[in-house]
Amino acid sequence: MKTRAKKKYGLSGWSMVLLASALVLIFSYVPMIQAFLLSLKTGKGANLQFAGLANYVRMIKDTTFWTTMGNTLLYAVIQIPIMLLLALLIAVLLNDPKMKGRGIYRTCIFLPCVTSLVSYSILFKNLFAVDGIVNQALMHLHIIDKAIPFVLDKNWAKAVIIVALVWRYTGYYMIFFLSALQNIDKSVYEAAKMDGCNFFQSFFRITLPLLKPIVFLTSIMALTSTLQLFDEVVNLTAGGPGNATRTISQYIYDLSFNFVPSYGYSAAVSYVVLLLIIVLTIVQKGITGEKK
Amino acid sequence: MRNLGKIFKHLFLILASVISVFPFYWMIVGATNESKDITMGKLTFGSSLVKNVTNAMEHADILQAFGNSAFLAVVITVVSLLICSVAGYAFVIYPSRGKEILFMALIASMMVPFAAKIIPMFRMFSKMGLLNNYLSIILPAVGAPFLIFFFKQNTHAFPLETIEAARVDGLSEYGIFLRIYMPMMKSTYAAAGIFSFMASWNNYMWPLIALQSEKKFTLPLMVSNLAAGFTPDYGMVMVGIIISTIPTILIFFLLQKAFVEGMVGSVK
Repeated sequence: MKTRAKKKYGLSGWSMVLLASALVLIFSYVPMIQAFLLSLKTGKGANLQFAGLANYVRMIKDTTFWTTMGNTLLYAVIQIPIMLLLALLIAVLLNDPKMKGRGIYRTCIFLPCVTSLVSYSILFKNLFAVDGIVNQALMHLHIIDKAIPFVLDKNWAKAVIIVALVWRYTGYYMIFFLSALQNIDKSVYEAAKMDGCNFFQSFFRITLPLLKPIVFLTSIMALTSTLQLFDEVVNLTAGGPGNATRTISQYIYDLSFNFVPSYGYSAAVSYVVLLLIIVLTIVQKGITGEKK
Repeated sequence: MRNLGKIFKHLFLILASVISVFPFYWMIVGATNESKDITMGKLTFGSSLVKNVTNAMEHADILQAFGNSAFLAVVITVVSLLICSVAGYAFVIYPSRGKEILFMALIASMMVPFAAKIIPMFRMFSKMGLLNNYLSIILPAVGAPFLIFFFKQNTHAFPLETIEAARVDGLSEYGIFLRIYMPMMKSTYAAAGIFSFMASWNNYMWPLIALQSEKKFTLPLMVSNLAAGFTPDYGMVMVGIIISTIPTILIFFLLQKAFVEGMVGSVK
């Protein structure tokens, strides 16, 4: 009787997960497998022949591939630590129940997350224009004498993209840290205070270790999103000057839809991104999990 | 000494808040100014709002794009919440070894970068004759692994005794989900709804590929087009940006509490 009931429930259970699983299968796993098969073929447009690893070999000598890959990794390496540290710092400050105006601060700092990616990128392009407001403010404050061509210089353009990303996402990750902090038992801090721990000691010895899972989660989320960066760069710098800010996703897009379509090569490049994300996820899990 | 620390904390938070909010002020002021005043950094309100709005309406069918985006976001949000919540629920309420493996596979698919799927997806939809059709936008968006994960996480806080009680009362398994789980998990739905709506509203790369006629364009595509070129009319662009920001800002302010509650994963 009991097993029969369980079977009946089990059937309902499977029927409930069916639709979602089928959709993920069709629109994630099938394209992923097709992309792999495609990455082993060469040719223009629909005219494709099997070519083994030729596409992957071609990548080694492709300077645009290395430039765009380098740019993407550079964004991740600089932007993510800055952003997560800022988000954590703000979250710790806002977690103090005695802090006045914390609701207003939280709302303000979260607000950038409501903007659409295309919109804020265009706003930043405008803010950082040669005769834009940022240049004027800096000149007015006598920090610089001459306008900096932010979006036109290959280094400044990268910096602007990083600044834009930090602006857009810090508040988002702050919310994750805030909710994790609220789950920490306040008495732990009181006990630490009684034992003579100062703010920094309790931060590094109590808060940070307890937040480890959420730091891991947020860094994976940030990493996968930065490695797929597209909207911002397209609308802020269009990848320029030259290829100075172009990301790997943009290059994949260009290879498939802007140049003479070479689907096979494009798929091969996208597979490198896929592998990179998987490897980084495993490595990061190793690092965050090892100190125990 | 303690006061000094307090002042520093506030100064830091004020600075962060001002930087966060300034671009919003900038776009609102910009929408009321002439393009050349915007580039010159005019920080006060002007009188060109009506002109900018009319320009934006004439040069690009902003209203049409707004309607398109709204339609897609609402459909995707409703359908994805239904499909993903029932799945997340089932993973917790009817646990089994097979489902555990399936769940891992669904989560693993979150690692697949979108760029790795665009060519096969483009070919898939072109074969089906669905390019430039909204089904090509809706179908890939409604089975969202993150939402399944989100609902699974939040379902752990759902009291199992309620289910037992409902079974005794003779409710079917789907009945329990529809009549008890869904009303009880309102804040989770609100938060997940915000995630889903935002993802759809902001979606750029795939619509850029899948939608070809300007009539079908979503707001991000339209705004991006407005701002392209060497000398865009920034007054017009600001209007476009504001129009694309208003719905998300409204939803955020109206559902802010539910949003934060949902993030923490509490069930009231």
